[in-house]
Amino acid sequence: MKRVALILALAALATVPLWITNSYYVNVTTQILISAIFALGLNVLVGYGGLVSLGHAGLFGFTCYACGWLINAGVGQLPSAIAAILLTVALAGVFAALSLRATGITFLMITLALGQIMWGIAYRWISVTGGDNGLSVSARPAPFGLSLEDPVPFYYATLIAFLVVVVAMYAFVHSPLGASLRATRDQPRRMTTLGYHVWMIRFLAFLVSGLVVAIAGLFFFYYNKFVSPYALSLTTSAETLLMVIAGGTGTLLGPIVGAALVVIVKYVVSAYVERWNMVLGAIFVAIVLFMPEGLVPGSTRLVRRAYGYLRARRSRAKPVAQGEGGP
Amino acid sequence: MNLWLILAINSITLGGLLFLLSAGFSLIFGLMRIPNLTHGSFFMLGAYLGVSFLHANFGFWLSAILGALSMAAIGGVIERLLLRRLAGQELAQVLVTLGLSFMIADFCLMVWGGDPIPIETPDNLAGSVPILSVVFPSYRLAVVAIAVVIAALLWLMIDRTRLGAMIRAGVDDPQMARMVGIRVSRLFSVIFCLGAGLAGFAGFMGGPILSVYPGLDGDMLPLALIVVILGGTGSLLGALVGSFVVGFLYNFGQAVFPELAYVILFLPMLIVLVIRPQGLFGRIAS
Repeated sequence: MKRVALILALAALATVPLWITNSYYVNVTTQILISAIFALGLNVLVGYGGLVSLGHAGLFGFTCYACGWLINAGVGQLPSAIAAILLTVALAGVFAALSLRATGITFLMITLALGQIMWGIAYRWISVTGGDNGLSVSARPAPFGLSLEDPVPFYYATLIAFLVVVVAMYAFVHSPLGASLRATRDQPRRMTTLGYHVWMIRFLAFLVSGLVVAIAGLFFFYYNKFVSPYALSLTTSAETLLMVIAGGTGTLLGPIVGAALVVIVKYVVSAYVERWNMVLGAIFVAIVLFMPEGLVPGSTRLVRRAYGYLRARRSRAKPVAQGEGGP
Repeated sequence: MNLWLILAINSITLGGLLFLLSAGFSLIFGLMRIPNLTHGSFFMLGAYLGVSFLHANFGFWLSAILGALSMAAIGGVIERLLLRRLAGQELAQVLVTLGLSFMIADFCLMVWGGDPIPIETPDNLAGSVPILSVVFPSYRLAVVAIAVVIAALLWLMIDRTRLGAMIRAGVDDPQMARMVGIRVSRLFSVIFCLGAGLAGFAGFMGGPILSVYPGLDGDMLPLALIVVILGGTGSLLGALVGSFVVGFLYNFGQAVFPELAYVILFLPMLIVLVIRPQGLFGRIAS
């Protein structure tokens, strides 16, 4: 059942330009994929690590600025991209070293501070970053000579990156490191007792998260050919965190669904509803009220309940008595 | 010399405003462990509501008080209907408070429009006072005085009344407080209303200085967060000291190092967090 759904989804994604003819909506789908990669990267820490970060936009935007600055300094497209990713992972290491001194709300605050420091640097170090005017490049990369300037080729490039990230995330989650990470989320003390180096596991997870977020940042930069301090702002961090939480932490599909939700409301619903911000806020509040674990786990729960109800009716057996009434 | 004096007074004014905003946040976070990311929106909505009362000819001070009371009521409704059922669920609280801040910000944009609304200083404070060699607007000094008075009243409440003792007990150990018979849920509502009301009052009081504009919530919330983290959650003294430290850092940082202004603001908070996670005067470590 799951495999069929997966194949259908892949087929749908691969043929998007065929059934979404308007290039604006192809671009929206590209943006969904980029945001989904960002959310997947954040989810490594939030969902699987139990560490809520409000500073990840600092890493995301840093990749954009690093890549842009290098390209404008004359370095080629591929070396710039690789250097930007490596630099972001290094920065993630610095973030991790500072913030992993604590967990919980203190971790949240430290990452928020780090994100805001990055934003402040981007906003004020005008000689390097251009400040509010941002940094722009003239062209997207052309791997193997194929131009990515049009929406459809760029969509396919992003789709390939997205699929690679999803497969890599799946491998990570099911690897020993992924299992250890989830264990440190659930039972850090027991893990320490068992001899696991909890800090190192979290540190490595932060680096993995930084790597995925860097990929998202790279494609975001290529998509816009421009970056401004907004990409590093608290709003961007918060929006991505909301995507992860709304979709459902601790699942692979959750952040993707959350990203789709936020991007669709922002770019599609906004064309029809002027008060789309309020709609987005109301959706978040409704999710908390009715599906606090997130859209994906909540929908799974509803579907299972419906299945069980239908099965019980079909077999004409008495539904199992629920709730009170036992000894 | 004059520049430093002016900066100093502006810093103290900002510190006073920040104290009114952060005291509520610190208590809410200290007692209820809720990172109330809607607090900036309370500040902004209180200012807008005060503006409406002002335009309905209620007078400056009455509008401020009515704005604060309205925010307290709204805060109470939010706490009772939404936050009460989310005890202990940190991610859900973040989601709900951020969602509410989106809704409130858009609501303000819808009702009051996108233009910044200036609030005129009340007539009896419209003049200026000469201090040493510089002349200062009386209103700014009044804001500082009001902040100090409210700080004193809050301290009296927390240190000398039974309610304050219950609050302190709840901050130190909510479960033991419940065991001893303190109605912690009712305390939560009181604290949330108080925090929201203070934030709304601060928003209107800041109006003549900052004016009221969309995005005010996003500007004030990080400052409140820094104050509370620096000063320590659940501590009024921490909120007071933190507010003035942040006020000074903000104004002097912008004047002396404009290129690194935000770094100067967040760097001390980072250093304090890394060395002493519970803040300067904090009572709980996370």
